Amino acid sequence: MRNLFRKAPPYITVPGRARPGPAAESNGSDSLWVRCENERCRELLYGREFENNLKVCHKCEHHARLPGRERVSQLVDEGTFAEHDARLAPADPLGFAAEGASYRSKLSEATSKAHEREAAIAGSATIDRLPIELVVLDFAFMGASMGSVVGEKVARAADRAADRSTALVTVNASGGARMQEGIFSLMQMAKTVTALARLGAAGVPHVSILVDPTLGGVTASYAGVGDLIIAEQGALVGFAGPRVIEQITKQKLPPDAQRADFLLEHGMVDLVVHRRDLRATLSKLLRLYAGVRRLSEVCAETAG
Amino acid sequence: MRRNGRLKFKAQDTPGPGAAAESLHAITSDGRVPRPSLPHEVRPPATFGTERLGGRTSSAWERVQLARHPQRPYTLDYVQLMFSEFVELHGDRLFGDDAAIVGGLATLHARTVMLIGHQKGRDTRDNLLRRFGMARPEGYRKALRLMRHAEKFGMPVITLIDIPGADPSLVAEERGQAFAIAENLLAMSRLRVPIVSAIIGEGGSGGALALGVADRVLMLENAIYSVASPEAAASILWKDGARGPEAAEAMRITADDLLAFGVVDAIVPEPAGGAHTDHAAAAQKLQDALVSQLSQLDRLPPDELVEQRTRRYRAIGVFEA
Repeated sequence: MRNLFRKAPPYITVPGRARPGPAAESNGSDSLWVRCENERCRELLYGREFENNLKVCHKCEHHARLPGRERVSQLVDEGTFAEHDARLAPADPLGFAAEGASYRSKLSEATSKAHEREAAIAGSATIDRLPIELVVLDFAFMGASMGSVVGEKVARAADRAADRSTALVTVNASGGARMQEGIFSLMQMAKTVTALARLGAAGVPHVSILVDPTLGGVTASYAGVGDLIIAEQGALVGFAGPRVIEQITKQKLPPDAQRADFLLEHGMVDLVVHRRDLRATLSKLLRLYAGVRRLSEVCAETAG
Repeated sequence: MRRNGRLKFKAQDTPGPGAAAESLHAITSDGRVPRPSLPHEVRPPATFGTERLGGRTSSAWERVQLARHPQRPYTLDYVQLMFSEFVELHGDRLFGDDAAIVGGLATLHARTVMLIGHQKGRDTRDNLLRRFGMARPEGYRKALRLMRHAEKFGMPVITLIDIPGADPSLVAEERGQAFAIAENLLAMSRLRVPIVSAIIGEGGSGGALALGVADRVLMLENAIYSVASPEAAASILWKDGARGPEAAEAMRITADDLLAFGVVDAIVPEPAGGAHTDHAAAAQKLQDALVSQLSQLDRLPPDELVEQRTRRYRAIGVFEA
């Protein structure tokens, strides 16, 4: 509605500091045209422009889901990302086998679909030369559900951030718990938060970015206790997803329910940020927290 | 892809009953935790009330039925039977008072503790109020307030867990259900007084964990504890909620399984046939277990308590490295 009287710009500008993902640079096998995924838009977009616009539809501002690696390259200084714990791979603690869907077979499907060993990508990097520890969830890998590997990577990243006194940034998108890991999945909620509690005790900030969609045990654990919580524009965020709520309560939810602006309105997030501004926003916030540290040092010096 | 790499399984560091620790080492090379072999007395009872369940149902599903038995003792039943005094405290000081979580000051063996638990209703009218124990954000926040209160006055916290799953409603979402649960996990992981949790019936999803980050976790013999109710899991896994019995089996949700995984520290035996057959006997066993755990924890200074709790949760997870 808001855009009804606004004329779409005749061209797309590449936004300031955020860079499009590697796909835009290589631009080999990608199709020339993409259709906006938003059911109410379905605009035909020129592939390269869409990539340059960080996979945001230039007509309706729909933010398409990003592969984890692409998210990393959009956010951090080029060439600074050093991955950690890449070798961690899921096990099958329950020996989960059900008719036609063993956990092992699901995992190999996910691996070939997402080209990742697990749903979390963790590492160290810088944003405008400010060091961070980063964890990004890749929704393409089993809906970025949280199993033991995701939990361990988040906990280890929090530990590294605490030890190095660098801010922790998590970019979260998740369907919730990894059902095939049963109770071990639930326990990752406690584990990640426990690691964050230690980070908090060390006085190091955790910035949690919630992107489309973040649900279930991820929202209800480490992602839900960010010192700062940022929702990417349009992101669906909650505990129970809208389909579950509609199914159980037989109540039709309004289309904007559980979306980023709804969360802001209900006091659940600090900021709602457009993808194009995410990097600059993070940079500004990190500098502010670095400023706190310097001031305390200054005070210590003058007191001494 | 290295799938058969060295399996890393981290057992919890806190001293727990030997059974759990021993079976943690017996992980097979393919990464599975073997099914526990258990002494006779903790095997699932073969009867449900007086009638035998159909032969096709699994033992895990029988446990689900027992955990949901309409005559099973609930939190306030245990309160009445275990504590010489109890004063219920209400409200989260922010929004309201959720009847699906109750809490208050209680006297256990002449000492004051903070008791918090999910509360199911006994009949339809009661359940309109208590929503079968499916807490809302104000319930979790009341629990948080009471835990902080307990910390301030040095009271140990006892939580009784009995929730089918978190409340799937828009009002719960509007009031920040996920954020309320997350805040409880954070606070419980740092609370400077002992916390003992007992799963007395259904331990369903984050709503259970919101009262369940503890120094010691006990589980009643016929209770279940899972990441989602079997029906919800079946509907997520196979888009078919009717396959609950299958999910119950596959997800390993019984007390025996969870003891073997090291997620719970001890199983509290129930009277033959289940806790619903003899509330007083069930409460006596639970009380004994709580007292024994609390007296162990009492000796630990707060820093040590928090450190051990951190290690306990930091260590849970199975993966290949």
